[in-house]
Amino acid sequence: MASSHQASGIRPARLSAAEIADNFADLHAPFDAHEAAVAADRCYFCYDAPCMTACPTSIDIPQFIREIQAGHADSAAKTIFNQNILGGMCARVCPTETLCEEVCVREVAEGKPVEIGRLQRFATDQMMAKGVHPFSRAARTGKTVAVVGAGPAGLSAAHRLAMKGHDVVVFEARPKPGGLNEFGIAAYKSTDGFAAREVAWLLQIGGISIEYGKGIGVGLTLSDLQTGYDAVFLSIGLTGVNSLRAAGEDKAGVRDAVDFIAELRQAEDLTALPVGRNVVVIGGGMTAIDAAVQSKLLGAENVTIAYRRDRSAMGASRFEQDLAASRGVKLMFNVMPRAILGAGAAVEIELEYTEVVDGRVRGTGETVRVLADQIYKAIGQTLQQAPEGLEIDGGKIRVAADTGRTSVAGVWAGGDCASGGDDLTVTAVAEGRDAAEDIHASLMG
Amino acid sequence: MADLTTEFLGITSPNPFWLASAPPTDKEYNVRRAFEAGWGGVVWKTLGAEGPPVVNVNGPRYGAIWGADRRLLGLNNIELITDRPLDVNLAEMTRVKKDYPDRALIASIMVPCEEAAWKAILPRVAETNADGIELNFGCPHGMAERGMGSAVGQVPEYIQMVTEWCKQYYDRPVIVKLTPNITDIRHPARAAHAGNADAVSLINTINSITSVNLDAMAPEPMIGGKGTHGGYCGPAVKPIAMNMVAEISRDPQTAGLPISAIGGITTWRDAAEFIALGAGNVQVCTAAMTYGFKVVEEMISGLSDWMDEKGYASIEEFRGMATPNVTDWQYLDLNYVAKARISQDDCIKCGRCFAACEDTSHQAIAMSADRTFTVKDDECVACNLCVNVCPIEGCITMEEVPVGQVDERTGRVVSGDYSNWTVHPNNPSAAAAQ
Repeated sequence: MASSHQASGIRPARLSAAEIADNFADLHAPFDAHEAAVAADRCYFCYDAPCMTACPTSIDIPQFIREIQAGHADSAAKTIFNQNILGGMCARVCPTETLCEEVCVREVAEGKPVEIGRLQRFATDQMMAKGVHPFSRAARTGKTVAVVGAGPAGLSAAHRLAMKGHDVVVFEARPKPGGLNEFGIAAYKSTDGFAAREVAWLLQIGGISIEYGKGIGVGLTLSDLQTGYDAVFLSIGLTGVNSLRAAGEDKAGVRDAVDFIAELRQAEDLTALPVGRNVVVIGGGMTAIDAAVQSKLLGAENVTIAYRRDRSAMGASRFEQDLAASRGVKLMFNVMPRAILGAGAAVEIELEYTEVVDGRVRGTGETVRVLADQIYKAIGQTLQQAPEGLEIDGGKIRVAADTGRTSVAGVWAGGDCASGGDDLTVTAVAEGRDAAEDIHASLMG
Repeated sequence: MADLTTEFLGITSPNPFWLASAPPTDKEYNVRRAFEAGWGGVVWKTLGAEGPPVVNVNGPRYGAIWGADRRLLGLNNIELITDRPLDVNLAEMTRVKKDYPDRALIASIMVPCEEAAWKAILPRVAETNADGIELNFGCPHGMAERGMGSAVGQVPEYIQMVTEWCKQYYDRPVIVKLTPNITDIRHPARAAHAGNADAVSLINTINSITSVNLDAMAPEPMIGGKGTHGGYCGPAVKPIAMNMVAEISRDPQTAGLPISAIGGITTWRDAAEFIALGAGNVQVCTAAMTYGFKVVEEMISGLSDWMDEKGYASIEEFRGMATPNVTDWQYLDLNYVAKARISQDDCIKCGRCFAACEDTSHQAIAMSADRTFTVKDDECVACNLCVNVCPIEGCITMEEVPVGQVDERTGRVVSGDYSNWTVHPNNPSAAAAQ
């Protein structure tokens, strides 16, 4: 018997397998060759192109689109991978609407940018589908580098280092590589096991080994690594989650959004994944959107995002906000959680309206209650287990811009755990790549 | 609404849009569809001499080049003249002309360069009641190897000779279709004129290879691993055709010789441009082959609306108006000064003008850190390249520097006095003449 939206509590199988499959299909279907040709024809090949400037990895976008136009998508893929070895994932998850496509001159001219993200996916997918890895290793240098964390920054750094001829060992606490590409991100942006396939493809460069179940504080110390390797790159992410500071936060049904997303990403059968009837997500960033939309796609009847500031302050782009709205998610602004109500398990959440005074959010005293048998916390992650001795800046490992050098010689860091950047996959890739270049220069200097 | 009725060589058609002799006019079925769609006339696909008809290849006949979004810009073909029996074509022409007396129907003819061959076919064509004939001296492929088509059109003496035969054995208008595969189009036009041709039509197609198959290492269209040059047409050839039409139109020796213009006519504007250069009507092929016969509707409405806007009641009122303004380079006013102007409101900041000017022209466009592009008047020679590469029509314009203002590039005041190369001090001939 088909379950329904209306069944109370947190339960699986609210939708049929077919409905689930449909809901979690590719958000942006890949271009076929004709669509790519039509889209590529729209590129004006701008001088000193704004899209390229807006790309954190500085992909030569006019060049790769011209290569697609000219019928040689492999060249396009090389152009992309040369700057961004995770160009396949970035093509899927980059908020292009606030990066390259936002500044596309055709966005200015017609309100419709060249579809750079989808073109990038077209080029990278077709090369990866052939199993071709376009780079080869330089002669071995005899140098070894430890990379901690197999997320986007770590993989990007490892690849660049291996390509330069260094031997790289990646330590990953989880049983699988990919970091947030594998455990975060909405499933409809990375379908068909793409994150895992991308890592396998990346490792074809050779010279990289991954040791799972290991990390700083998980069998390893920074000094071990400093002793055992010529250089260390830390890309350990942000694994702590902020608390709501609302009464009843410990009730059943209250959970970290990142855990829900990770579970969803790893689920073999999404119909078996339980979800509430009335879901409330606290937060305003991408994680909040991903948790809310996917709850809806699993069959929750009512899903609400409660954000404490107004729409313009939201971390998630307007595109993502609209995506959520189009899937039936209700967006509430200027509300913050006061209390989670229910006998043992959450049933309702009490929100207090807010106003911003002198830049700070404060409650107005007016409250509203929303039914909530499941509540996801998506109010930011924090650095945990930062190795001792490293200077911290704003809760993150302090690094020098462009090089990723930490306050400790021989130790570099990048990705979400490091200061600077936008906590985007693409930023992490850029930081990993640039740190690798600096490590290489240091080792070979 | 403007009257598009055209009198060309005394042949009346409801509009100046004729279909050129080509695959679209190969048989009754197509021509009836064309007339139903609104075409003013057709030049029937070229007839050959009595006897076994020519044969065509059984592989690809066409090759093409494309612009953005695969818009067809140039088409070439290796198809020969009609491969259907002469009597079938003549019977069909007779029926069609009878059913569409208000439309022009012209017979295109290509027979061997012998008087007997022309003398044999012309009476039979006359029996169809066709309004006139067009001599195919243009096709550059296939038939030219057999001494016909462009092989005739490239020898002015032959043109005159055959034209004279036709005038002798046929009493309706004779149009001579010219090949562009020649150095100076005026010579074949003069030959046609000398042979008493009633008109010339041009251009026929241009020798071309549209692409090379890099796997087979052979030109396209490829027949069993080999290719041959074809005849090129479509929007890409329009500039070449317009120059040739203008050359004939302004040549004193052929002045007043009626011209039927052919070459890449795709919209009403193309037609209006050819007519402004002196053409009495236009012939279309590639546009119809690309989009179907319906394209004539836009040609009709566009030309009519434009004429209304301009107050032209008939085509004759603006025909040839641009011809006097086609001149030789040496007569261009060297004291005319213009500068590029970039509309900041329209600019989308793509920077193509900058790249073009900085890399390939006169370094006359400045780019600021915020991507504002401005013209450096002290460097700008008004070459127009920026206008041509700008994706936004009207964003960059060439503005005349008014008389009395200083041209910042030369430091000279714009005098407004006309002066050209013939009297320029740097011209050795000018010096010699003094």
